Amino acid sequence: MKFSEKWLREWVNPALDTDALVEKLTQAGLEVDSVTAVAGDFSQVKVGIVRSAVPHPDADKLRVCEVDVGDSELLNIVCGAANVRPELKVPVAVVGATLPGDFKIKKAKLRGVESFGMLCSAKELGLAESADGLLELPLDAPVGTDLRQYLQLDDVSIEVDLTPNRSDCLGVAGIAREVGVLTRTDLTPADTSPVVASHQQQFPVTVQATSACPRYIGRVITGINSAAETPLWMQEKLRRSGLRSLGPVVDVTNYVMLELGQPMHAFDLDKLDSNIEVRWARDNEQLLLLDGQTLQLNTDSLLIADAKGPLALAGVMGGQASSVQDTTTNLFLESAFFVPEAIAGKARSYGLHTDSSHRFERGVDPALPIQAMERATALLLTIVGGQAGPVIEKSSEVDLPAQREILLRAQRIKRVLGIEIDAATVIEQLSRLGMQVTETDAGWRVCVPEFRFDLSIEVDLIEELGRLYGYDKLPQTRPSGKVMTTEISESRLLTERLQQLLVDRGYHEAITYSFVDPAIQKQLLGDEVEAIALANPISADLSVMRLSLWPGLMQALTYNLNRQQDRVRLFELGRVFNGSLPDVDQPLFIAGLISGQRFPEQWASQDQKLDFFDIKADVEAILAMGGGDITFVAEQHAALHPGQSARVYKNDQAIGWLGALHPRLNKSFGVQTKVYLFELSLEQTLLAQVPSFKPLSRFPSIRRDLAIVVDNQINAGEIQDCLKLIDSDILKSIQVFDVYTGDGVELGKKSIALAFHIQHGERTLTDEEVDTLMQQVTETLERSVAAVVRS
Amino acid sequence: MAELGLQLQALNEIVAAAKQEIAAADSPQSLDVVRVEYLGKKGKITAYLKQLAGVSDEQRPVIGKEVNIAKQTVSGLIEARGKLLADAALATALAAETVDVTLPGRSSGLGGLHPVTRTLQRIDRYFRHLGFQIAEGPEIEDATHNFTALNIPESHPARAMHDTFYFNPEILLRTHTSPVQIRVMENQPPPLRIIAPGRVYRCDSDLTHTPMFHQVEGLMVDENVSFTDLKGILGDFLQAFFERPLNVRFRPSYFPFTEPSAEADIECVMCNGEGCRVCSHTGWLEVLGCGMVHPKVFEHVGIDSEQYLGLAFGMGVERLAMLRYGVNDLRLFFENDLRFLGQFA
Repeated sequence: MKFSEKWLREWVNPALDTDALVEKLTQAGLEVDSVTAVAGDFSQVKVGIVRSAVPHPDADKLRVCEVDVGDSELLNIVCGAANVRPELKVPVAVVGATLPGDFKIKKAKLRGVESFGMLCSAKELGLAESADGLLELPLDAPVGTDLRQYLQLDDVSIEVDLTPNRSDCLGVAGIAREVGVLTRTDLTPADTSPVVASHQQQFPVTVQATSACPRYIGRVITGINSAAETPLWMQEKLRRSGLRSLGPVVDVTNYVMLELGQPMHAFDLDKLDSNIEVRWARDNEQLLLLDGQTLQLNTDSLLIADAKGPLALAGVMGGQASSVQDTTTNLFLESAFFVPEAIAGKARSYGLHTDSSHRFERGVDPALPIQAMERATALLLTIVGGQAGPVIEKSSEVDLPAQREILLRAQRIKRVLGIEIDAATVIEQLSRLGMQVTETDAGWRVCVPEFRFDLSIEVDLIEELGRLYGYDKLPQTRPSGKVMTTEISESRLLTERLQQLLVDRGYHEAITYSFVDPAIQKQLLGDEVEAIALANPISADLSVMRLSLWPGLMQALTYNLNRQQDRVRLFELGRVFNGSLPDVDQPLFIAGLISGQRFPEQWASQDQKLDFFDIKADVEAILAMGGGDITFVAEQHAALHPGQSARVYKNDQAIGWLGALHPRLNKSFGVQTKVYLFELSLEQTLLAQVPSFKPLSRFPSIRRDLAIVVDNQINAGEIQDCLKLIDSDILKSIQVFDVYTGDGVELGKKSIALAFHIQHGERTLTDEEVDTLMQQVTETLERSVAAVVRS
Repeated sequence: MAELGLQLQALNEIVAAAKQEIAAADSPQSLDVVRVEYLGKKGKITAYLKQLAGVSDEQRPVIGKEVNIAKQTVSGLIEARGKLLADAALATALAAETVDVTLPGRSSGLGGLHPVTRTLQRIDRYFRHLGFQIAEGPEIEDATHNFTALNIPESHPARAMHDTFYFNPEILLRTHTSPVQIRVMENQPPPLRIIAPGRVYRCDSDLTHTPMFHQVEGLMVDENVSFTDLKGILGDFLQAFFERPLNVRFRPSYFPFTEPSAEADIECVMCNGEGCRVCSHTGWLEVLGCGMVHPKVFEHVGIDSEQYLGLAFGMGVERLAMLRYGVNDLRLFFENDLRFLGQFA
């Protein structure tokens, strides 16, 4: 809601300067978004009248004018505007004047003719963005008057960012009412007294949809002059409220809407057939709107129609066929009350939003239509002339909003706000807001005015009291309440710990969008994957929900590689979206990628290329925190190198993947260096075991090494697995400490060196015991993986 | 006695020779050779003792005493020389091992948390100390939890203001973290203290909007919480977050799910309230929305609004991070440029 400060002050004029007024509004919940001057900064511009205008002797487009600015002598001024002519009243910047942009007017010579000032356009005075010729002032503008004073330009436009509940402030009158309450100042309302009918012509109105339109007020005005000029004062008020002048009839309806908050509509009476009907749209009806678009109407749309069909989308926008033109001579004027529920969402369903729909869907005072009709009639008669007929009113009392009565308890005020407000203040404040307050045993019975659609329950009144008391004056207290229990579980790691581990291992955390490019996602995860698609994505490359964190991370990688970052380590923690609507699985994952050298470039170590075991070390470090039985199994993934990819299992449950990016994808992403990736279920990763103490052995531990030769296909995991079958209390751990292929080992085979750590909890081991165990180990390896022990 | 004199002179000569050789030894090895030469079982002093066959019984103790003195003298000299040589050797070794301590350490590089996470963790930590627990909810949400249960019915203007991403008319990307309030209240009886951090989505993308951002929602439900408590909690939080005394003001506002509703502004941290571009020359920055839980919201989740009251608040994490770290472009948060991320290591 944008309005002129001077207009507001015509209604209510508290002893506050602009800053203080604005502060008051903001602190009362009517947040002021901006305060802007209504004109540029200029001085010494006067109302003048052109007495004569003759062609410049040496320039085709210039005229030499004699201009009267109320001084004893006429001013000689050279002017290039097309609309300059004798008897025109215009703004005149006299010698010594300053125009916006600190442009000083001096005596000048134009093509040899002296000029003592400048005739101004609206643009040159900062009154408009553009202008077509000089600003033409009204014939009755007093010559010699300072223009700022004449047009009251020492004014500001105040823009209030109204919250949707305060529809009562969508008019200057409503803002004034609020200021009156806040500053305890009386109002000077506009005159809305009835205009006496000068003829009895009516137009039949039937309201079928009375529940949607409980009140419809119309009036016939005949014999108007639609070509009349809107007075400058009205144009100025509209301009300062952000509206353009569109002809006198529309200007008046807009003016009344801005002033009182009641949207109105004017029809060309001669284009209406038989009668006005207010009804719901029927199947297959169409309406060509004022803005030129044709609507295919839904049957839940409320219409103003005549015998032939739809005329207007009620409360939203008029139709083109019945609109007022500059040839219109007879009007049918509409001022109605539509219930918010009947209008809400309708404009939006057609992609429309108008000043009218904005107000009706939030709620307009049902008492306003008649006042607005009288106000608009009086203004029209002054501006476009004509004769008004009697007011036509169709009201359905049962459908009008019922009087709202709310019980307000003193004790509840204290509970909600945290402070007591004394009874006298409660009564005084609520009464100023237009409520009728009567005392009861526990508090008050409050009758709410109809224009406050936002007040329906007790706490709404408590908010009003808090607001008027001033949120800033309320103290700050600390809640007492019960002591809440805090979790200190050890069976779940803190996510923070996980993030910190990766940070310490050189990763930067990324946050990428949850919606991705479907093409990139398919490239990485395979053509067969189906992702959930947004109905209204912001762009095609952000149109489906991610199934993995890898698409986002890969894009972040290429973004950085393209910016000369050659060593990249990124991780992300976030949800992926599996399955299909409506039951989407949305688990959290943690994923990372590394690319570039193993270490940042430095003097102390040689460049080393990354390999699979770098990313595996990171994954192992993550998983070590939670414990459990972790295994890595060579399995295939669309995004990964077939010989360097592993699926991760924790306690036999698959929890994620790691591996080298498939070389094919290196190519399609344009990435030269090797990339290694991992992705793990966060939930599974965070599952942790509570440590369980085992006594320390006081007896020495024995290490036995064993080198075996096995087929190349046999992997370390299989060897470990088969050794797990040995049932022994003294075999504490097994470690692979060397893997070798080459000289001395048959082609297609490899040598693996294992260390066995053997210890007894209660005594020193004998050689025989150790030998027996190692014999068992050897036999198991020979049997399970056809190992040959190297001597 | 002259014979005794001669005997002792020979001993003195041996000691004098040893002295010379000890002084000439330039390594622990050569010094050891000297030691063996004089003090060993076949050494010169031992040999000297053996050739004293004709010495009288009266002379024997005198000479024995002199031999002991000679042995001690020689071994003392050897020990002293040995220490000198060892010190010199150590000094040489140390000199050889000297490094340039100004060269950088062997590094594997340190990463960093995203500034949004860093900010979220500080917010989490603060409210956890007040007994708030962290709650989470789905990001693909239904319209009931995102709107209807929060007292934003189908045709409410507030729905239009949310710029929602839809999958179908009933399923959407949550536009705020407030639906988590509903999910918690549906499943847990009061008293409640929760915060719900997370990603939210709005169909809007320009200089000051990204289609995804983060919020933290807070909710406290108990028999005795009031609007002044809400002011207290949030006022304290904002001071703690910015680590300085800060003017905070509360303005009436409107959210369908709270009544009374307020927005909190802080004195602009860029200009200390003087007025600058960041605060649009008002001296104030809006940082969060809050209010008392609307009875209709309680009604939807079956909490008796006569018995219980609730306070709720929501804040934009990127906004707080921008103000805290002076970041001037929202879009940087989602570009994941290492030159940006590296500033938060």
